[in-house]
Amino acid sequence: MHHGKYRFVTGFLAAPLALYTLFVIWPFLQAVYYSFTDWTGLSPEYAMVGLRNYERMLGDEVFWKSFQHSLVLVLLVPLVTLSLALFFAFMLNVGGRRRGAAVTGVRGSGFYKIVYFFPQVLSIAIVALLFQFAYSPNSGAINSGLRAVGLEWQPDWLGDPDWALWSVAAVLVWCTVGFFVVLFSAGMSSIPHDFYEAALLDGAGRATTFFRITLPLLWDTVRSGWIYMGILALGAEAFAVVHIMTVGPGGGGPDHSTTVLPLYVYAKAFRDGQAAYATTIGVALLVVTLAFAAVVLRLGRRERLEF
Amino acid sequence: MGTTDIPRASGAAPSAGPRPHERAGGAAKESPGGAAPGGGPPRRARGGKGRTLNVFSHGMLVLWAFMVVLPLLWAVMTSFKTDREIFTAPWSPPAVPQFDNWARAWTQANMSDYFLNTLLVVGGSLTGTMLLGSMAAYVLARFDFPGNRFLYFLFIGGMSFPVILALVPLFYVLSNLALLNTLHGLILTYIAYSLPFTVFFLTAFFRTLPTSVAEAALLDGASHTRTFFQVMLPMARPGLISVGIFNFLGQWNQYLLPTVLNTDPERKVLSQGLVQLAVSQGYKGDWSGLFAGLVMAMLPVLAAYIVFQRQVVAGLTAGALK
Repeated sequence: MHHGKYRFVTGFLAAPLALYTLFVIWPFLQAVYYSFTDWTGLSPEYAMVGLRNYERMLGDEVFWKSFQHSLVLVLLVPLVTLSLALFFAFMLNVGGRRRGAAVTGVRGSGFYKIVYFFPQVLSIAIVALLFQFAYSPNSGAINSGLRAVGLEWQPDWLGDPDWALWSVAAVLVWCTVGFFVVLFSAGMSSIPHDFYEAALLDGAGRATTFFRITLPLLWDTVRSGWIYMGILALGAEAFAVVHIMTVGPGGGGPDHSTTVLPLYVYAKAFRDGQAAYATTIGVALLVVTLAFAAVVLRLGRRERLEF
Repeated sequence: MGTTDIPRASGAAPSAGPRPHERAGGAAKESPGGAAPGGGPPRRARGGKGRTLNVFSHGMLVLWAFMVVLPLLWAVMTSFKTDREIFTAPWSPPAVPQFDNWARAWTQANMSDYFLNTLLVVGGSLTGTMLLGSMAAYVLARFDFPGNRFLYFLFIGGMSFPVILALVPLFYVLSNLALLNTLHGLILTYIAYSLPFTVFFLTAFFRTLPTSVAEAALLDGASHTRTFFQVMLPMARPGLISVGIFNFLGQWNQYLLPTVLNTDPERKVLSQGLVQLAVSQGYKGDWSGLFAGLVMAMLPVLAAYIVFQRQVVAGLTAGALK
């Protein structure tokens, strides 16, 4: 029996573990190692250079720009997205008109939840392409909409360094709000109705109900949503929108105004043939990601409420 | 963290499923009745402040619904316009619907190839992810052996690492294995990068299943392997469906991995193919064809979502309640 168990465990773990190690773990370890070399990626030869890549990075203006942009995205996008999502979810679940002591959502909340979720099932590439057209300065849907209501104000959304990053961030918000509305709705529907009814009897308004009951009880979900969103805004999602929507050599917008860390890694490794330096920036991105997760995890850690 | 939250999380997620339907049904029933005794705001005179707040917040809900739907409807409409119409009047409907745009996108702009490649890749990778993921998760959830915890954290650690960092060396790993720019190389990569979440989710799920059935099967002389495939997997079906939908959407919509690892124009998948199309149609000036391609890629997923709405929502939200 015991012998059979170990053979079974080994047999079942072998394939997934081998694949995972070879394709995920090993490249990660290699990446960290390469950041101490001068490897170009084009030839197999390389030499150890110690911390030279890191020194170079600290003096690299474009690195600091992309670092700053990633930081803006990771602070701003989750904040806006989660606030909007919390507001909508609260309206959909608790915000309905109060008849007696019944706590309900507004009318048609099922419909809203279905519609809000649409962007979540679409590929980020499709969304980015659509918005690239909508943002186009002369014939784009947004500017011609502005013209139609009589506004002379016609920003070159993606071409103007002052606007480009915000335009890209707006797309990230657009894509993700619906997901969190649905996620928070699920969380809110598991909060017992008695809590709301008790608050209602005590004469609490909507805002009080939200800040005193809903938000504290939902905090765990909000926090994990925050981390999830932050990882998106630092990683693949941000890469995709910037890579697709903004111009410039390899994306990144005019004067690197939208370059973010993952895009800079990509450009250095696969455009400039500086693989070692790219992994150095990647390590910086890893540090930022882990630091972000650690900060959010510490934020407002509190006793779990059982209900 | 994590482990203690999981049972509640996976329990909360399915409850998200029936909710919208319940609500939608409720709203439908309510509106005819509600309209009769004056469906408008003054049902209960509750003071002006509450009313203004109501109008404002309901207005926000409607506004956001518009902001979500409008770009999508606009894309569908644009896909039937001529190139001239697209540029001169972005908001007007087409004078004559140009069905030809769609035909051109499907045949000349390689949309059919992109679809086929995506189907092949996702078909292979989804099967592989579910099989390997559930095998690893089952063993990690149900068997005690030295190193179990270590392997578990090794797997789930992959969720928080920036993928782009690993892609630089992975590019050369694949190149050495002659897997670069091949569909099977892409399949293996998708599987590997889907494993962390799949293992994380299914380990939690297998732990919630009762042990008695599997024990009975073992006592009856079934092997561990047979118990897994014939007893445990069928029992784990709800979890498998959730994580399967999650992986399907993630892999179908994947952009980063194919952009880096699969640059052969012949083998492009849908998302990168469309971006490629945007570049090449830009030179040709065939914007209407590009819009047709975009809508073509968008509609099947949206249609599938509307049909399987409950399962999709449950699957995706279960994912983030970690």
